[in-house]
Order: sequence, then structure tokens, then C-alpha cells
Amino acid sequence: MRRTRTGWLLLSPTLIIMFIFGLFPFIYVLLVGFNDWNPFSARDGLTYIGVDNYRNLVFDNLFLNALGVTIRFTFFAVLSELIIGFLLANLLARDFFGKTLFRIVHTVPLMIAPIAVGAIWRLMTIPGFGPIPYFLDRWFDVSFNIGTSSDQAFLSILIMDIWHWTPFVTLTMLAGLTALPREPVEAAQVDGANRWQIFRHITLPLMRPVILTTVFIRVMDALRTVDEINMLTNGGGPGTSTRTLGIHIFRVVFPQTDYGYGSAMSLLTLYLTIVACWLLFVSLTQVRRNN
Amino acid sequence: MSKTLRKVLSYVPTYVVWILATLFTVVPVWWMIVVSARSRVELFNAPTLTINSFFIENYINVITDRTFQGYMVNSLIISTGNALLVTVLALLATYALSRFKLSGSDNIFFWTITNRMAPPAAFLLPLFLMFTQVSNVRLGSLNFTLYDTHLGLIMLYCVFNLPFAIWLMKGIMDGIPIEMDEAAFVDGATTFGVIRRIILPLAAPGLAVTAILSWIFAWNEYLFAATLTSFRARTITTGLAEFVTVTGTNWGEMAAVATLTLIPSLIFIAFAQRYIVMGLTFGAVKD
Repeated sequence: MRRTRTGWLLLSPTLIIMFIFGLFPFIYVLLVGFNDWNPFSARDGLTYIGVDNYRNLVFDNLFLNALGVTIRFTFFAVLSELIIGFLLANLLARDFFGKTLFRIVHTVPLMIAPIAVGAIWRLMTIPGFGPIPYFLDRWFDVSFNIGTSSDQAFLSILIMDIWHWTPFVTLTMLAGLTALPREPVEAAQVDGANRWQIFRHITLPLMRPVILTTVFIRVMDALRTVDEINMLTNGGGPGTSTRTLGIHIFRVVFPQTDYGYGSAMSLLTLYLTIVACWLLFVSLTQVRRNN
Repeated sequence: MSKTLRKVLSYVPTYVVWILATLFTVVPVWWMIVVSARSRVELFNAPTLTINSFFIENYINVITDRTFQGYMVNSLIISTGNALLVTVLALLATYALSRFKLSGSDNIFFWTITNRMAPPAAFLLPLFLMFTQVSNVRLGSLNFTLYDTHLGLIMLYCVFNLPFAIWLMKGIMDGIPIEMDEAAFVDGATTFGVIRRIILPLAAPGLAVTAILSWIFAWNEYLFAATLTSFRARTITTGLAEFVTVTGTNWGEMAAVATLTLIPSLIFIAFAQRYIVMGLTFGAVKD
């Protein structure tokens, strides 16, 4: 009995910090979300308005647009990173001179502050002296301006995210491929299977857990992306074309000091993300069990 | 075709891909360094990837700037404080999770990961309200608040760094044989004595990884630093963002700041290269 108490004692500082900073704010906001509260309006303090905040949220075009941008961004970014990263890892999964250098170079984007990633790509795409608009204009006669074209801005945030996170996919896949057992492949080679058959029927099924873990973590992180997009397109511009949910809360809802409505939106965002992640997590563990 | 030639040729796609992928990764970072080395006039020449004359004034202006010095010191305090706190808490917590039968400890283990799933933007307003409205305590002339303090950010970053630290350390802790603690207990050691003399030396490499990765994650954080501080505890990442919105046009100095924020990561890179995959996947994918 005494030992159990020691265990809880050792765990308690972690639990206290996680509760105060991770859970308590949401309990507080759960209450605020049912109220009208704007400290800079004529009527200060909380006024109970029931579920009105949530009702408005469902018809809020800016919110829905931001939700759409987030989903589109996550889908395209994760899909491209997965394909590119997987192909890269398969080409590089052998011993060759320069492998360590490759790994060091590709760790760089993972360690850079997201806000600096945004700054780097801002410098790459800035009209005037950025290399991308300059060379596109000179060689292909394409005018590239992420300040005015929504499509180009969206493409830019995708390329930036691919630059930032493909190395992560490549490195996890490389780790997975290196850890694969050799015997099944050798056995298949003896049986006369060709490279495609080995890849399709042996490597791919064995890699499934690593691929699913990578997808899960990438989706989770892509849904959260704020800093770099905010920096690159200056708060989700032009218009609202690259304004993800995170940026919408950070740049629009937060400065409006509409605390009741903002609370409701924060909670709904949290809820949607956790549900999405949970579904993904469950399907992931399900597939793992079937393997 | 001879066998050797075929073997050499089989390396061609590997190296072509190696070169293309490396160029794609390196060029944007290099371009940032190039911009940081150019004066305003030089910038609007055609973009080339060479540095002809290093315009050191960009760096000097930034480093001698009082505000920027403050941001730099704040960032150092906050990331170091956070790394230490996270490492100590993770050590204690994983020892408890690994050695004691605590009812519901599996749920706690999974609860920590939901904090990593949650979008930080959803935390902004709740935390802002807590920092500004709830945490203000007046005790006579003492005025306690979390808003715009180092302590506030140090503790807050634990919410995002502890999950990965606990998941990483749990595996390491489970790998230390329990017989070693039991032998020490028989010799009359206390729990803290065992943690200090037995666990600490054996878990040291894992603790170093945890500390360095938390340090970098805290150093890189922007969103909370931007909303939960105003001037006393502003960090270097907020400084970088302010550069664009307020000063607007001085891209050379902005690139210099961005380059400076990169330096700590580059110092740790050879080390982190071996562990970052494990750190980012919560130890699910080992390298």
C-alpha cells in the first residue's frame, strides 16, 4: 500500500501540471462557451445565452471556410509527403556512401522553428527578389505572386509543408525498411519472385504498421499547422484562401475579444480534431491487430 | 554487361535522387543565409546563390538591438527551464508508471497523448483567459500572474513536451531490469536514493535525448509565446514574426534573425539526427 502511494507521489507533479495547463482551461471555457462575454463591449461580464454560440458557429462562413481549407491542406500535403517520402526511402534503403550525410541534411527541416520555415519560404516566394517568382517569370513567362493569386498561395503552402515534413516521412520509412527482417525477402527470391512481387506482397504488408504510424502523426500535425502558413501568406491570405482553422482563431477570433464565441469555437475545434484523431488511431490499431 | 558495371549502374538512381532531394532541402535554407548577407540595394539584383560580399551589418544591427537581446535571453531561459522541468518530471513519472501497479495508469498514459493531438490554436483562448483572468492572485502588495512571465511559458510547454518525453522514457525505463532497484532496496535505499543512484546513471542517454528535444521544441514554439506574453517574456520566434509585420521591408535583418534562431538546432543536429525519428513518433518507430 505504501508503495502505491509513493508511485502516485512521483506521478503527481506531472498530473498537476497537465491538469492545470491541459485540462482546466477547457473546463473553464466549457462554461464560458454558454455565455456572451466581450470585455470591450458596453455590457461587461458574462451573460448566459445557452447554446447560441454553437448555433452561430454552424452557420459561420468564415469558420466553415477555414475548416475546409484545413481539410484540403491536410489531405493534399499528407498524401504528397507520403508518396514522395515512401519512394525516396525505397530508393535510399541500401548501404551507400553518403547515407549519413543525407540523414543529417534531411534532419534540418525537422529541427527548424516552424516560424523560420515560414520566413524561409517567404524569402523564396516574395515578389521582387524571391527566386521562385523571378525564375518562373524569366524562364516560363509565368507571373507568380502569392499575394494576389489564391491558387498559387495554396500551392506554396503545400510545397512548403512538403519541404518541411517529407524528410520526416522519409526518415521513418527508412528506419522501418532497415528494421525489416531479411528472411521473407530471401525466401521469396529463392522461390523466384520478381522485385515488384516482393515489394507488393512482402515489403508493403510488413511496412504497414510504420506507414500507418507515420500517417497518423502527419495528419495530427498537419491539422495543427499555424506558424509557417501564418508567416508565409501573412495570416492566410490572399483573402481567406490559405486561412486554416488555427490561423482563423489566432488572427481573427482571438483579436476580436469575443470570448464566449471564441470559447465555443476552441472547444468545437478541439472536439473535431480529437474525434478525427481518435477514429484514425482506432483504425490504425485495428489494422495492426489484423496483421 | 559485366556484373561490376551493372552494380555501379544500380547506384545511379540512388545518387540522382540523393542529389535532387538534398538540393531541394538545402537551397531554401541557403537562400535565407544569402539574403541575410545582402544589403537592401544588393537584394533587388537578380537572385543568385553566391555571397559576394558579406553584409555583416544585418547581423550587427540585430545583435546590438536591446529588444532583440531581451528576446534572445527570454528564449534561452524558457527553453532551458522547460527542458530541465520536463526531464525531471518525465523521469519521476515514468519511474512511477514502470515500477508501480497504479490503477488507471494506462488511461493516464493515453491521456498524455491526447494533449499532443490537440491543436494548439484551440488552447489559445482558454489559456489566455486562464493566464489573464484566473491566475491573477493579489496577496497584499504581491501581485502574482502567469501572463507575460517566464514561469507561465515554462510550465505551459510541459503540456506539449511531457507526452513525448513520457512515451520516450517509458521504453527506456522498462528496459532497466527491476532486479537492480530491488537489490538496492534490500540494501536499505529509499525510493529517491534508487532513482538517483541506480536509475539516473542508466537512463542518462535517454534523459539527454529528452532534454535536447524538449529544449528545441520549446525554442521553436511561436503561437503561445505570441499570445501569452507582451514584452517581458517575449521570445525570439515572436521577434522574428514581428519583424515582418512591423518593420516590414528590412528582409536582410529578418533573414539574419531567422538564421540566428537556427543556430541551436544546427549545433545539436548530429546528435538529434539519430533520435529525432524516435522523438517525433513517440518511440513508435525506432532507428
